[in-house]
Amino acid sequence: MVMNEQRRALLKYSAVFGLMSSAGLISTAQAEEWNKAAFEGKSLDEVFKALGASSPDKSSTVVLNAPDIAENGAVVPVSITSSLKADQIAILVEKNPAVLAAQFFIPNGTEAFVTTRIKMGQSSNVYALVKTDGKWVMAVKEIKVTLGGCGG
Amino acid sequence: MSDPMRIRATEKDGIVDVKILMKHDMESGQRKDASGKLIPAWFINMLNVKAQGKDVFNAEFGPGVSKDPFLNFKYKGSKGDKLVVNWIDTKGDKRTDEATVS
Repeated sequence: MVMNEQRRALLKYSAVFGLMSSAGLISTAQAEEWNKAAFEGKSLDEVFKALGASSPDKSSTVVLNAPDIAENGAVVPVSITSSLKADQIAILVEKNPAVLAAQFFIPNGTEAFVTTRIKMGQSSNVYALVKTDGKWVMAVKEIKVTLGGCGG
Repeated sequence: MSDPMRIRATEKDGIVDVKILMKHDMESGQRKDASGKLIPAWFINMLNVKAQGKDVFNAEFGPGVSKDPFLNFKYKGSKGDKLVVNWIDTKGDKRTDEATVS
């Protein structure tokens, strides 16, 4: 009896899972969970911790390209490159309500380079973190915002 | 169904330069509507790019990525590579678009 129930539960479970993967809900990449803890971090320290980067050292191997002054905080172009082989890249905005803006996973064969556009509620330090060989290093730049991007 | 992405991918000297423009409001959860009520957060949170069936780029977004997200990255590849770009948002909406490297 017990065996039967277990078997039934297992069958149900695998059926659901099979359905999800066949519907394309789970791909290899998306099976990795969105890092909720990191994206909910309200301070640099909280996000560093959630990313497993206790206190990243500043390094000239990381280059953060962004404007000194952003006229529109809703669209701030940010570009990160590294001379090291990057496994992971993250963009943090110290004074945003959610500090972590985005993170990127860089497989072998993809360059340590990404450009995107972020929102900034106010002038703030922006951190570009690069993980290489299991260790995080970073570059920091202050961006002044003349018109905020997060308010209504 | 959401609007298609715009994907541009060009190869030069063995490096493929990929530019992706998604169409999404990326509501941060910080904005208020006309009556002063908070508009709930709703944003793309995961993106995957495959070339010839192999992962070349993965991204996780928070609400701090701009409306209509833009991405540019580079990988070792060739002309004719088939790119498949997938995103999913916090409501579970998703979108897949394809492009060929020129």
